[in-house]
Parts: sequence; C-alpha cells; structure tokens
Amino acid sequence: MSEPRNLPPLPGIEPAQAVDVIIGFIRAQMEQTGYRRMVLGLSGGVDSATVAFLCARAVGPDNLLAVRMPYRTSSQASETDALRVITALGCATERVDITPMVEPMLSLMSDPAQAAGGDELNVRRGNVMARQRMIVVYDRSAAFDALVAGTSNKTEALLGYGTLHGDMAAAFAPIGDLYKTQLRSVAAELGVPREILDKPPSADLWPGQTDEGELGRSYDLLDRTLFALVDRRWTIDRCVAGGLDRDLVEWVSRRVARMEFKRQQPPVAKLSLRTPGIDHLYPRRRPGSRR
Amino acid sequence: MEYRIALAQVAPQLGDLDANLEIVRDAIARADAEGAALTVLPELALTGYFLQDLVPEVAMRRDDPRIADLGRTRPDMLVAVGFVEETDDHRYANSAALLRGGELVGLHRKVYLPTYGLFDEGRFTRPGERIRTHEVGPPIGRIGLSVCEDFWHASLPMMQALDGASLLVNLAAGPSRAPGSTAGLAAIAGWHKMQDTYALLGTVPIAFCNRVGNEEGLTFWGGSRILAADGSTVVEAPLWDEALVVGTINTDDLRMQRYGMPLLADERLELTRRELDRIIAERAGLPLATDNA
Repeated sequence: MSEPRNLPPLPGIEPAQAVDVIIGFIRAQMEQTGYRRMVLGLSGGVDSATVAFLCARAVGPDNLLAVRMPYRTSSQASETDALRVITALGCATERVDITPMVEPMLSLMSDPAQAAGGDELNVRRGNVMARQRMIVVYDRSAAFDALVAGTSNKTEALLGYGTLHGDMAAAFAPIGDLYKTQLRSVAAELGVPREILDKPPSADLWPGQTDEGELGRSYDLLDRTLFALVDRRWTIDRCVAGGLDRDLVEWVSRRVARMEFKRQQPPVAKLSLRTPGIDHLYPRRRPGSRR
Repeated sequence: MEYRIALAQVAPQLGDLDANLEIVRDAIARADAEGAALTVLPELALTGYFLQDLVPEVAMRRDDPRIADLGRTRPDMLVAVGFVEETDDHRYANSAALLRGGELVGLHRKVYLPTYGLFDEGRFTRPGERIRTHEVGPPIGRIGLSVCEDFWHASLPMMQALDGASLLVNLAAGPSRAPGSTAGLAAIAGWHKMQDTYALLGTVPIAFCNRVGNEEGLTFWGGSRILAADGSTVVEAPLWDEALVVGTINTDDLRMQRYGMPLLADERLELTRRELDRIIAERAGLPLATDNA
C-alpha cells in the first residue's frame, strides 16, 4: 500500500478573529472617507455573500445596498442564492438585468476571433459582463451615496483571475487577504447559508462555467501552492519536494508573476520632481481627504 | 605609464540574470577590443535596479562562478560590475565586484542606501560596513570602489583618496529625478560638479559608470565619464543612450598633480579625527573626554 501523499498545508485562519479585524477595517474606511453606506454586487456566490454579511455587520443592513445583476444566461440558482442572502440580512436590494446593456456590445464582437470561437471569446464576453456590472455598481454608489465594497479574494488576486476594471474595481477590499479556502471558514462563521458554501464556485459568466474547471486545478491545491510560494516564500523545488506537482507549481508561479499588472496602479513615466505613486506618497486617507 | 578605461553604459533588464550576463559579456568583449585595462559596468548591472522582492531571487554569493567568469575574457583585464550579494549569514547587499582572471580582487558593499524621495533601497538591502581600497598593481595601482549614492557623502571618496587610491571607480544606477525638465538636468549637472570636485580635492582620477534605460517609470540618465586627477574631463558618454566610451589615464599626470597640489599630503588627519570624535560625542549627548574650550 502506498502512503498517502503529504502535501504542504492549507493556510489557516481564526475565523472569529478575522471577522473582528475586517469589521474594524470596514468601519475605519467609512470613518476615514466620510461615507455611511456601502454598495456591492451580489452574485449569489460565496465571496460577495461573505462581503455582504461583513458589511451588514459593520454598518447595519439599512446602510447596505446589494445589487443583483443577472445576464440572460445566468443560472437561476445564482438568483435564488442571492435572495437567500438578502433575506438573511434584511438589506436593501435592486435587480438590474445587464442583458440589454451587454448585447449591443457583444454584437459588435463579430471579428475573426469569433470565427476561431472557443475560450478566448468566452473570456472577452465575460469581461464585457464584468465591466458592465462595474458601471451599474458605480452608478448605484452615486445614487445611494455609498462606497463600493470589493469582493475579490486573495486566490483570485494572486492568480489574476478577475476582470481589471470589472469585478476587481472597488473602493476597498475587505476579503482581499483571504484565500478561497480561508474565506469559506469565515463565511461559515458569519452564517452564510449552507447552500452557498457547498456549491462549486463559479463566475457564472457562461452556462456550466466553474472556477476550478476554468483554472484546471482545485482551490485546495491552488491555495496550498500559493500559501507555500507566496506566504512562506518557498522555492519551486521545495514545493515539489513537499509533495506538490511540478507542473502545478510552475504554472502558479508563472501566473502570479504574469498577473502582477492587475494588482498595481499602472506605472507613470516620471518627468517631474514629484510624481504620484513614486515620490508623491501619502496615506489614501488623510486630513483633508474626508469628503 | 598609460592605461585605458572602458565605461559600459548599458541598460540591464530588470530581474533577468541570464539576459544581463549576456549584456555584460558583450560589453566586456567590446572593451577588450578597445584594449581596456579596466572595464566598468553600472550598479546592479547583473540584476537591474528596482528589484523590490526580487532581491533574494537574483542574489549571488561573492564567489559565484557566473561572476568570476566575467573576469576571464582577458586574464589581465579588470572588470568592475554591480550585483546583489547574499552573505553567508543571508544579508543582502548592493555590491560592486572587482574581478581579474577569474578571481575576485575587490568587493565594496554600498554604504549609503538612499531611502527617500523616489528611492526605497533601505527596505530591500542592508548597508555595507567597510570603506576600503584594493591594490591591483601597475599601471592602475590602488582602486577605491563605491556605488552611486556613496558619492553623495564626501567622506567616502575623500577617505579612499587618503587611503592611497590612485583611481576612484563609482558604479551607478541613477534615475533622473525629473527627466522632463530643467530641474532634472540641474540634478545631473550636480552629479558632475560633485565628481569634478572630488577629482580636484582628492587629486585622483575618477571613472563613473551610470546606466541607462527605463524601469517602472524611472528613466536612468547615463552621462558616464572619466576625469583626470586635475578634475578635467577625459571622456563623457551621452545622456540617456547606451554607449561604450574609452578614455586614457596617464599615471605621470597623477604624480605631478600631487606634487603641484599636495592636498592629500597636507591633510590634518589627527586634527580631523579629534574634531570628529568631539562631534560624535556631542551629537550623541555623551560627556566629552577632555576640556574642549
């Protein structure tokens, strides 16, 4: 009998403590910006559900607007799960169908890439949807006088598995330092409905899409690999010696490097003595920046 | 006696050791064709400058064969090149290696790490603790190595001159503070004035090699140059563009300059040390050892 393979560990988390820290963070953001309300896009998935629970706990459900933004191919289960969150929290909600906004753009995308068809076009269509949702959420943020809460997690951010100026757009990122597997324990701690915790994660950008299917690896293996490479600063060889597949580790390592651009402000061509981001450096919130 | 110095004003690739080894080898080969006795490459020529958390990924030990091999092109040619050094106890330094015939004949760890304005070096590397010179034999004699910001502290080149340096070699990766304006050109002029002054006061020739290229929005300005012991310019590379420039130093000039202007011989080192001791004690709020009336 072969011994079970010993893999590098998953990142741990103390869920109750993490919840306290994040709620303190959200309240500080509100205080520092001078906002009282928050808005977020609620998909029915575990990430946005967790952020909704955190925001409701931080500022009260009356100060939270959750916007549901289905596209014509979005699954009914997503809508059902989103409504479970609304019911559980008692926060305000709006439903904005993005289909009539997205279709004209998609109809313009009949270029040679479409003839080639396949994944690339799916990704481009998905990006259009994610960016349309961003436009809706930012419009609702102005109408509801609210800050936009981000719903990207650490696994996504490191792998660049998200749409720049789409779902990655936000005023602050409450779960941006939680790996997907850690996030599930935090969600459970908050009381996010079981149905949402148990279903396979999906961006729901086309029928049958799942994160793990698209990434080609399980979140369990991705998080073990990222935790080893990033947090523990292991070399690729050490990850492999630790039991992870070399192809996986090399793929993750390359992807983290390739997607660096999604995690940073664009570089500025320095010309003057004080350049924003280079030598004009201030806290985001400081005296005078509160509205 | 005369000897030739080549300054390789190259544009290293950020974080790409293999590409930079190739760039450096190519520059050394071109300098060899020019008959250079010493080839100088910029600060961090093997790694690129704005490394941040790439530091441990590109760091090399001082005896790394990839570095030593750079000194083998021509057995009697000296090569000065910048790299990230990892010490045995895992400190990371911004170092300049002096190589000849596959041997490390000198090493300087950047003493002053700029951590202000657009610079953040002190966050990623640790400062060197030695200011020394390295005897390399005739015709050059004794070399004082330094790295970029080290030259903004007059004590360092002056100490090397007093320590017997017959040539100061500064390896730089100077990003322009304002490349789009007269303020940027003024800052570059400041660098050059400072070098002219060190050559004059140290009565010592200077080889300054600054990189070019662009990293993360920063533009490196080049302007590498060789100065004679009287502070005059021997050769100067263009601003902004890659170049390999070669200049000749005559050791008789150094000898006669020091006879004509015996500044180093006249230096009051004991007096300087006494006053430094007093200043150090006063700045630290310590009681003074003697009456300082």
